Amino acid sequence: MSSMAPTAPLLRLRDVSLSFRAIRALSGVAFAVRRHEVCAIIGPNGAGKSSLLNVVSGVYRPQEGELTFDGRTARHITPRHAAQWGMARTFQNIAVFRGMSVLDNVIAGGNLSFGATWIEQALRVGRAARAEREARARAERVLAFLRLQRYRHHLVSALPYGLQKRVELARALAAQPKLLLLDEPMAGMNVAEKQEMSEAILDVNRDLGTTVLLIEHDMRIVMGISDHVVVLDYGRVVGDGTPTEVRSNADVIRAYLGASRAAA
Amino acid sequence: MSYLLETLLGGLLAGIMYSLVAIGFVLIYKSSGVFNFAQGALVLFAALTFVSLVERGVPFLAAIAVTAAVMIIVAVLVERLVLRPLVNRPPVTLFMATLGLSYILEGTAQALWGADVHGLDLGIDDVPVSIAGLRLSRFDLIASATAGGLVALLALLANRTRMGRSLRAVADDPLAALSVGVRLPRIWRRVWSLAGLVGLIAGLLWGARSGVQFSLTLVVLKAMPVLIIGGFDSIGGAVVGGLIVGAAEKLAEVYVGPIVGGGIENWFPYVLAVGLLLARPAGLFGDRTVERV
Repeated sequence: MSSMAPTAPLLRLRDVSLSFRAIRALSGVAFAVRRHEVCAIIGPNGAGKSSLLNVVSGVYRPQEGELTFDGRTARHITPRHAAQWGMARTFQNIAVFRGMSVLDNVIAGGNLSFGATWIEQALRVGRAARAEREARARAERVLAFLRLQRYRHHLVSALPYGLQKRVELARALAAQPKLLLLDEPMAGMNVAEKQEMSEAILDVNRDLGTTVLLIEHDMRIVMGISDHVVVLDYGRVVGDGTPTEVRSNADVIRAYLGASRAAA
Repeated sequence: MSYLLETLLGGLLAGIMYSLVAIGFVLIYKSSGVFNFAQGALVLFAALTFVSLVERGVPFLAAIAVTAAVMIIVAVLVERLVLRPLVNRPPVTLFMATLGLSYILEGTAQALWGADVHGLDLGIDDVPVSIAGLRLSRFDLIASATAGGLVALLALLANRTRMGRSLRAVADDPLAALSVGVRLPRIWRRVWSLAGLVGLIAGLLWGARSGVQFSLTLVVLKAMPVLIIGGFDSIGGAVVGGLIVGAAEKLAEVYVGPIVGGGIENWFPYVLAVGLLLARPAGLFGDRTVERV
């Protein structure tokens, strides 16, 4: 697993630094995510994990460094670019469209694939009729994949937390992303829900070949599902390798595993 | 009996005019969760621009086209100068910004076109027409047909297009909407343009009825009970709310008015709205309770 992949990585960050006024959130962060792997970012609270994910998805603009995604390099990108280039994400605090049905949420995830004008859409003619049919079919496939079909017409706000998280994942998948960014997909879940979500992530990775970059706190889960682990501490990368390599790294143990073991 | 029907229909037709103003609010509330205090100012600005152009000899249709273009420019400026700098602020901040915006719009309208009262003639004679033995206002009939067409168009737009879906997505969670590729500034420009165009139509009809003057901004006061009854985020609700308010105030004026000495038309809708708030805080068609306005 640790050997160099034959192809270029899907995502590469070079010397990315991000500050909010006097606070330095990320300093000189550099690592690469290979195609089709599950890469986990771990680190203590405040290490900059979410900031890093926000830089990758275009929410934050780093002051330094650059990002290469699927052959395209940019200093910073917008969320729109991220979506167009083939990234989709979920959020740490659940961010579903609460007033919409599960199906509409998932269709909205495929937002960019519509090619019709709004007049065609309103009248359901021309390209719009086909686009709407295709969007629905695609959404239905995602719903089936994540076993959400029976909830398709439920209002999302009426679903339990674990299911809302799955709807959020479904919405991200509807964009057919090359890279799936998951910010603490299992936060606040019970053991059974965590188990289900881990399996869903692995299914996505294996069956659809989607590359996954995720933030997770639960070390047992991280070690179980990741091919590659990046450790952040105080905005710096202090570990980068396979789960086994990272586990035996002294810096990592000091920064994260030690603290987590003491807390457990 | 036919008197009751005439009163009822007259009220319903007047109610459509309230709906027209309320729809402008709903569009912006739906897409950003903000109560747009400046909607009344948009109505005035549009009507005043139109009437001033016509008075300077611009032909009717050209004046409508120019005013529509002006409203779209206003929307672009609002997005660029007001909404974009305030992105991610709580709704109450945006509400305060629309409060300020309403003064800027009124002031600009006054600076450009003066503060005189203008008559506005749309070329529709307000003569009673008889339909099935009922005498109805021709102007009201045309106004409600216009409003009905507009509502049908907006409903198609909101429920069947990607823009409609994006609009609802932005209202629910702007950050998540961004992440699926929705262009927030573009959505805002379009929604404010639509609200401006709806304001133009409302301004023309209201201006033709009661003159184009600064009190036109007060039509928002008529829209409030309509919104409370119909729900802030439902276009259909705004229509039904308008009909209820229009019908109820006319019926109350005619049948309850004499008992209490008249003049209840102006406050009756509020009593109705407060009564409904007690029973259904989200309005008849609203999805959610309104937390801040």
